[in-house]
Amino acid sequence: MSRPRSQAEYLARLVPPSVAGLNRRSLLAGAAGAGALLGTGVLAGCGSDSGSGTDSKTVSVGSNASDPTPKDVLAKLTAAFQGSSGIQANINTVDHNTFQENINNYLQGKPDDVFTWFAGYRMRFFAAKGLAGDVSDVWGKLSGFSDAFKKASTGDDGKQYFVPASYYPWAVFYRKSVWQQHGYQVPQTLDALNALGAQMKKDGLNPIAFADKDGWPAMGTFDILNLRINGYQFHIDLMAGKETWTSDKVRKVFDTWAGLLPLHQPDALGRTWQEAAQSLQQKKSGMYLLGLFVAQQFNDNEQDDIDFFTFPEIDSTIGAKALDAPIDGYMMARKPKSTANAKKLLEYIGSVDAANIMVKGDPGTLVANTGADTSGYTALQKKAAELVGSATEIAQFLDRDTRPDFASTVIIPAFQQFIKDPKDIGGLLTSIENQKKSIFTS
Amino acid sequence: MSDLPLIQADHAVPAPAATTSPGGRRRRLRLLSRTDRVVITLMVLVPLILVCGLVWLPALATVLLSGTNWDGIGPIGEIDWVGWKNYDDVVNIYPPFVPAIQNNLLWLAALFVVATPFGMFLAVLLDKELRGSRFYQTALYLPVVLSLALIGFVWQLIYSRDQGLLNAVLGSNVDWYGDPHVNIWAVLVAAGWRHVGYIMLLYLAGLKGVDPSLREAAAVDGSSEVSTFFRVVFPVLRPINIIVLVVTVIESLRAFDLVWVINKGRNGLELLSALVTANVVGEASRIGFGSALATIMLVVSLVFITVYLATVMREDRR
Repeated sequence: MSRPRSQAEYLARLVPPSVAGLNRRSLLAGAAGAGALLGTGVLAGCGSDSGSGTDSKTVSVGSNASDPTPKDVLAKLTAAFQGSSGIQANINTVDHNTFQENINNYLQGKPDDVFTWFAGYRMRFFAAKGLAGDVSDVWGKLSGFSDAFKKASTGDDGKQYFVPASYYPWAVFYRKSVWQQHGYQVPQTLDALNALGAQMKKDGLNPIAFADKDGWPAMGTFDILNLRINGYQFHIDLMAGKETWTSDKVRKVFDTWAGLLPLHQPDALGRTWQEAAQSLQQKKSGMYLLGLFVAQQFNDNEQDDIDFFTFPEIDSTIGAKALDAPIDGYMMARKPKSTANAKKLLEYIGSVDAANIMVKGDPGTLVANTGADTSGYTALQKKAAELVGSATEIAQFLDRDTRPDFASTVIIPAFQQFIKDPKDIGGLLTSIENQKKSIFTS
Repeated sequence: MSDLPLIQADHAVPAPAATTSPGGRRRRLRLLSRTDRVVITLMVLVPLILVCGLVWLPALATVLLSGTNWDGIGPIGEIDWVGWKNYDDVVNIYPPFVPAIQNNLLWLAALFVVATPFGMFLAVLLDKELRGSRFYQTALYLPVVLSLALIGFVWQLIYSRDQGLLNAVLGSNVDWYGDPHVNIWAVLVAAGWRHVGYIMLLYLAGLKGVDPSLREAAAVDGSSEVSTFFRVVFPVLRPINIIVLVVTVIESLRAFDLVWVINKGRNGLELLSALVTANVVGEASRIGFGSALATIMLVVSLVFITVYLATVMREDRR
């Protein structure tokens, strides 16, 4: 290497820094070590308040509403809040997924006074760790929320840490025109669903659209099967790590799922949910178990053609009244710059006025406050609200009901393995259980 | 490294000093002026601090954290020591680990056996001053310049099962990204596409630097094109060959971006780097467990680095 050193160095300089060895190592080791050690995080920079005034007339909001519609709704909300209270809310919007991935660092750094989050296990976890502020007294002033929503906003210590804003149910969606054309009836039992699927196959349709490239959509299928077969309480206990995955009860869920898999669209692991939804929109698939957001993949003039039913009953002693309906809302930081302002904003967000603004602004979700004027709802929204209103128990979706490390590093690969090879259920469940024990005891 | 030539110069001078007394040795050092000494100190110190602070300390922290179960929340004082448990879990109960090792090796083999030689071949062709060689050069190097998010998107358009270009053209129904037996090859094509352009540019720059008189001499001696390349040009390009080799190894160890963009390194696309990221970064925050994976990766990298350094040093000694 001695002779042409200058040339070698010249060439080495051609190497983009992103490829150079030093950079790679520092990046990797840095990500694992330094970033973790410092803990306080990258996002703190983006998340810290933009109008850093400490006077009592501002409040900062950390928002994951990066899509245009929800972003617009939040802007309208804060404008109306400023009009009624005189307090200016500064919104710091961060990309939805980035916000979620950085939440640990964000909350331990300098979070905004109020921030967007979801109900569920993770919300209770942050509350238990002291990373979120108690908003029980705000709840004292709120009205129009059902007990199910209050329960979903309550931490393990019985205090409230969350103010719900909107939600959407998971159900089986279909196109009315397709079903009318073939004369299909909504199935009330698993057998009826199987018979319907067989008929759809005969009619040249994919019975159930399915996609799991991103790993999370299959969680919806597992959730609803577990809720139907073993009931809500078992599901929540299983998610909390209190039940074993090798039990006969879980085994039965996977056996049932394996029985339904032939009705699902094949090769799901390479497909995004958007592509699966488009197969429903293009009348190639008969039905699709997904959240209400499936409607985004339909044209405006097709919105009236979308209908849904809740997943049919499997065990008559359990019924078909529980479902997944993730709730989005707001939480308060552990040490907001002005607790009074933060609580005022949360109180406003939970008010009927705010709910009315949300109804007008975003037809894609349902508002949590039952006092809101819902005459502007589409037929689909009205039916969805009725469905959730009649639900006896509401789960939040698997990745919100359990530890995020368990959901993302264990469940996603395991479910994908199951979809790939549904035969070895025993081995798969043993593997999940072993990893669960390791994660939940750490 | 910028301090290398200085050390060499230092070695070059002392031949007479070696036989003199320690006093003479001190006098030789005084040959360096005060400014020289300040410059040398700075040139050694600054990279040293950077390397320690940005490479070795984080690496050490990673190794230490791999013995804990820290979840990224709470003060450092609350971290519990769990010993070898994370490594035990990685090897025994973490299903993606073995496929990840296999895929990393496959990646290395594919780049080494196919992509790198092909890139070198293209460089040799372009070195022939073909008409429009600038155009080819740009076209082939373009993938290296494109952002990774864009590359992931471009290949998604091609590989999508229901709406992709490839299935539409071939009339086939292959699940390019979803079938775990197929997707690693599909991704290797995409990765090779980038790698070829990169190697081509590196090698082309080397070929331009070869003394033309060498080729003329070979031609005069009646050597054919092929044997001129293998007997004359290739040996002369030894330093470039080593760089190309190292870049190939580095590329296959740090392979990450494409699989992450495609499906976060799951379902047949497991790679060590993707597993580290999936565990450490993001909401999961299994920092102890992820650090154990990162440490394993560090050890694997160290093996290659040691081999490389040993080769280079043997070369220097000759």
